[in-house]
Amino acid sequence: MSDSFVKFEKVDKSYDGEVLVVKNLNLDIPQGEFLTLLGPSGSGKTTTLMMLAGFETPTNGEIYLDGEAIKSIPPYKRGIGMVFQNYALFPHMTVNENLAFPLEVRKLKKSDIKDKVSKALSMVELGDFGNRMPLQLSGGQQQRVALARALVFEPRLVLMDEPLGALDKKLREQMQYEIKHIHEKIGITVVYVTHDQSEALTMSNRIAVFNDGYVQQLSTPDILYEKPENSFVAQFIGENNQIRGKVQSINGKNCVVKTDTGEIIKALKVNIDSEGDDTTISLRPERVEINPTNNNFENIFEAKIKELIYLGDHIRTRVEVCGIDQFIVKVPNTYKGAEFQEGVKVKLAWKANDSRALDAR
Amino acid sequence: MNQSAKSEILTTDGIPLKISLKRAERLNKIRAFALVLPLALFIIITFAFPILSMLLRSVDDKQINTVFPKTFEVYKQWDRKDLPPEELYASMFHEILSAEKLQIGKASTRMNYSKSGWKSLLKKSKRKFKKIKEGPYKEQMIKADKRWGQIEFWKALGEMVDPITFGYYLNAVDLKYDSDKNVIQQPENRRVYNSTWIKTLKVSVLVTLFTLLLGYPVAYLLATLPLKLSNLLMIFVLLPFWTSLLVRTVSWIVILMQKGIFNSILVWGGVIADENRMQLIYNQTGTLIAMTQILLPFMVLPLYSVMKTIPPTYMRAALNLGAKPMHAFYRVYFPQSVPGISAGGLLVFVLAIGYFITPALVGGKDGQLIGHWIAYHLKTSLNWGLCSALGGILLVVMLVLYWVYNKVVGIENIKLG
Repeated sequence: MSDSFVKFEKVDKSYDGEVLVVKNLNLDIPQGEFLTLLGPSGSGKTTTLMMLAGFETPTNGEIYLDGEAIKSIPPYKRGIGMVFQNYALFPHMTVNENLAFPLEVRKLKKSDIKDKVSKALSMVELGDFGNRMPLQLSGGQQQRVALARALVFEPRLVLMDEPLGALDKKLREQMQYEIKHIHEKIGITVVYVTHDQSEALTMSNRIAVFNDGYVQQLSTPDILYEKPENSFVAQFIGENNQIRGKVQSINGKNCVVKTDTGEIIKALKVNIDSEGDDTTISLRPERVEINPTNNNFENIFEAKIKELIYLGDHIRTRVEVCGIDQFIVKVPNTYKGAEFQEGVKVKLAWKANDSRALDAR
Repeated sequence: MNQSAKSEILTTDGIPLKISLKRAERLNKIRAFALVLPLALFIIITFAFPILSMLLRSVDDKQINTVFPKTFEVYKQWDRKDLPPEELYASMFHEILSAEKLQIGKASTRMNYSKSGWKSLLKKSKRKFKKIKEGPYKEQMIKADKRWGQIEFWKALGEMVDPITFGYYLNAVDLKYDSDKNVIQQPENRRVYNSTWIKTLKVSVLVTLFTLLLGYPVAYLLATLPLKLSNLLMIFVLLPFWTSLLVRTVSWIVILMQKGIFNSILVWGGVIADENRMQLIYNQTGTLIAMTQILLPFMVLPLYSVMKTIPPTYMRAALNLGAKPMHAFYRVYFPQSVPGISAGGLLVFVLAIGYFITPALVGGKDGQLIGHWIAYHLKTSLNWGLCSALGGILLVVMLVLYWVYNKVVGIENIKLG
């Protein structure tokens, strides 16, 4: 238990005794880590967070915080900070009073409280806003106050439940960096819940991808993106092209897949068991070359351009290949990219290492 | 820059912006006005006008002046030390004879309020004066009824000289004018209103408190339970609304009377002896119990609608920040429910202070509120002036309460949903 600060051990959770929302969850979070629980709604990520905060009780299993079993400890004794989805700033108290609340219930001295509150406010750059009411602040400012309040009593752990969901895109991105920097500065352990994959990729040390009550993959952002272990993760994180087929042969780390329309694709064996299995090949759009200039590619196919969508820095190109007409290729907006027209026939090429043979879901 | 700021802003067509805006909005205003017009008329005719007429009636003393116009003219010159001069007797004599019987009846009722005896005196005089053919009248009038020779009767007319009187308001708080228009206390045996006022306020405050104590937890449950359960509970809260007020009040009699269900259960259970059955009805206790039950929904509903808007995350946040449940409730939840408490409190108090049927049925002798006297003077004694004055005071109490509420809580904080 030396390097796991928070530990979920065989945790199940059911609300109605019929459906399991969280199934056999085992999770180790080392001290100081920024871990994100990522998944679609209803995947069990928020329930997991609420069990850690103490608002929901695990139906089975145990949760440890710093080596201590906390299943039967009420939320107010856990010493965990939390940022709620809609901030939950007390509307009848000023910003200062909101921040002082956790310190007052801990019976700190008045002068200490004042010190800590102003320190926390200046950390989120709201030093002059202490006497405002929460509703007089903008969404972003309320978000910062909520963050400051969750940190002001120096908790062992901070939980964040989709804290940026109510902000507009630009502000959200700015806050992502701010939260990331505050985490780096004070080194606190953070468990963060979101359904926004780019948010998860930006901020986290590690990401646990939830679906259907299970952790599908728990890994660092780059591995999650580049080496998804199943087709759900491949689809949920980033964009990907999917080609369905049957495994024809397995050769060590590689395999050969025959698509439904008869093309033969050389791919990396990731999540298939034996020859004859159904499989889905996952391929990132930026790893596909149009009209390649060298011969480093194991897979080369004839394709037809169906649609060009201009996006400034790149052109999203929809092509028909291997019987799929929703195949996306990202073409950088260079001199070469400008030549393509709808209806033109081209050659598509990609490497075997970039086409990952996953489960057929 | 400076010039354009000074000169009026014009629209593209050169019309001043303000005029153009007014024109554009005129149609909307007319439409809005037309929409509220029927209700506004209805309220003016059935609510504002009666209240105004009631307030006028509570200070009106003209009627008596219209029956005896000349007498009161002469009366003003009287020194009020000895019996009035012949002139006053004469005008009184003529005006009694010339007035219609109905008018005399109304006037004598009014005169009887300031000195009892006037009514029978006028009635008798109207009959007897017919035999008196010519003056001087003083001696003959005294001979017809010796009360004409008592200065107290003449002095009692003094408070009716002015067409406007505050006499009814004084009566409503156990005061009155003496014959020289000084404000004095009513005689001990006629002081009934002040004690009733105090009782009315006391009962209203207690009922408000009891409904709050009983209603708050129910409203909290309603607002926090899952929808299915809270709907069921809501039916129980609303059930009283679907039952006649009379039925509910009468069922309290069945439950609380001495041979009633409640006492019988206690006797059966051995809690009290058969001869010590408690008097729970036909007194103030009965009024309190029945009114609390009947007014409870008016407290629960405003509380519920406010609590419904308090997201559960606030309590969670407070717990998460380390506050124990009771402390979190007191510091975080309760302050946010105050608008509901004040809305419900105001509603229940205003309803309670003017409550009539329930106290009338279960209040017995000592559980009657001010509504009892208003009804009594409206229907039995027909003293509409005093009746209006009591109502006027009730109105003022409510307006004062509203004003205080607005100062303390702010009327914009009232929330009914």
